[in-house]
Amino acid sequence: MSEPVIRAENIVKKYGDFVAVDGISFEVQRGESFGLLGPNGAGKSTTMKMIAAVSTRTSGNLEVLGMDPNTDGPAIRSQLGVVPQEDNLDQELRVRENLITYGRFFGMSHAAVAKRADELLEFAQLTDRAKSKVEPLSGGMKRRLTIARSLMNDPQMLLLDEPTTGLDPQARHILWDRLFRLKEQGTTLVLTTHYMDEAEQLSDRIIVVDKGAIMAEGSPAQLIRQYSSKEVLEVRYGSDKNKTVAKSIADIGERQEILPDRILIYSDNGERDLAVITNRGHHPTTSLVRRSSLEDVFLRLTGRTLVE
Amino acid sequence: MKNVADIKADAEKPRRWGWWYVAELRLREMRGYVSYVVTSSFGNPLMYLLALGIGLANLIPQGIEGVPFLVFVAPALLMSTILTVGAEEGMYPVLSGFKWHKVFFAIHATPITPGQIVGGFLVHLTIRFAFTAGVFFGFLVAFGAVPFASGWLMIPIAILGAFSILTPLGAYAARLEDDTGQFALIQRLVVMPMFLFSGTFFPLSDVPDWLEWVGWVSPLWHATQLGRTVSYGAIEPIWLSATHLLILVAYAVIGGYFMHRSFVARLTR
Repeated sequence: MSEPVIRAENIVKKYGDFVAVDGISFEVQRGESFGLLGPNGAGKSTTMKMIAAVSTRTSGNLEVLGMDPNTDGPAIRSQLGVVPQEDNLDQELRVRENLITYGRFFGMSHAAVAKRADELLEFAQLTDRAKSKVEPLSGGMKRRLTIARSLMNDPQMLLLDEPTTGLDPQARHILWDRLFRLKEQGTTLVLTTHYMDEAEQLSDRIIVVDKGAIMAEGSPAQLIRQYSSKEVLEVRYGSDKNKTVAKSIADIGERQEILPDRILIYSDNGERDLAVITNRGHHPTTSLVRRSSLEDVFLRLTGRTLVE
Repeated sequence: MKNVADIKADAEKPRRWGWWYVAELRLREMRGYVSYVVTSSFGNPLMYLLALGIGLANLIPQGIEGVPFLVFVAPALLMSTILTVGAEEGMYPVLSGFKWHKVFFAIHATPITPGQIVGGFLVHLTIRFAFTAGVFFGFLVAFGAVPFASGWLMIPIAILGAFSILTPLGAYAARLEDDTGQFALIQRLVVMPMFLFSGTFFPLSDVPDWLEWVGWVSPLWHATQLGRTVSYGAIEPIWLSATHLLILVAYAVIGGYFMHRSFVARLTR
């Protein structure tokens, strides 16, 4: 196996007394799509900043592309593409100018940035908006422009921090499609997200992070297999009744989670268990049988939901 | 995968030229407000010269310091205009790069270092100040308020003066989380008194003793005195002129050092 592109050993980041990242370790291989999944405030973005060589770690060892971000920040950054959580496009410039000026920061010639900008406008489906100002673009367009900007230097690794937060479903799917194409081309992707479907769609391997520490690691399928059941039956009886009913159906399924708004029953056959519940006379207001997701994994590991 | 030596070779060009790429970006951004820069560059001197040079000067026919009032006030007008722009550029554009548009974070995600961001910012402003001061100087020459031969030195003095106020303010603005009126206060309690009590319209010696310190701490007074010296000759001992220069350089360099530190702290936390 080749050298990992990221090797993190017990990295810690403290802000005064607050420990944002508490000794996490992981490796990312070249061409891999690696996700950090966790709720807001879990330490994902801080970890990402340390990888992106813009935030100095408090302790631990970190190597990115064989170099230490604390000492070789500019060299590491020359090989990265970064999509930050909040858009930081230059509002004073037009769409195409945003790409051109950004490419210059990597030492690209005027001719090279012009050619690359046109290719990436095509990739981001923004060619017809090349001369537009940034401000009137939709949220999805701004994200696509930010992704196009991050690709100006043909990066070895793309870092995406919550890439689709705040986008509507259609814009998310367009973005996922673009990112999936990059993944197919062999670009190493490292992304943070608190959306389980995003993590499942885009990641080959995931670490689940909470309160600055790693709770679990594996592929989405492995994690689901290890920490959840095949199916999940969700039943709702109304917020006052869920707890009461739960006592009478406690023996059904492999395990249960009683949330304020619903009861989750982890099972290998949700429909069968729903029939058992109904036969006992507990007719739920609504019910749903679905396959297990990373949300269930997270709930199992932390006792909390991702969007709590 | 590229090896470390190849990667470092890739990063060599931005390591050398990063400051210029940042200046290039800001010059391109300036296209969006170039009409403001040009209009204010031409409008400001014209208004000042008409109001003070032709209007107020008539009330002081004897002149000041042995020269006509217009000649006395001309260096101060140029300096105060450029230093005021310097103060403005050290506040909102700096905080905006961190807080509202976050452009500094975008730049720092590339091989560009915080020092190069500060460097490019200052290089762009050198060009901008040189343009505005150059236009102002042209008007002063046209109105016969300064001699061309030695007076052009007022342009670099004005740029230095602008940096002497810009960099300390930039250091402060880069540490601010939000503007909750601090900039307006600085305008009213720092920039405006500096304009009024720095020997701009009358010699500092005419200011009451208890207010003279404002002139001494004010970059504007030091820049203005230097401007007067290069415009109509030695008005004070050479050691005092050297002191003016030293104080301006000290403000600009120490301010620049702290501005750099503020940028590093904000961009790498």
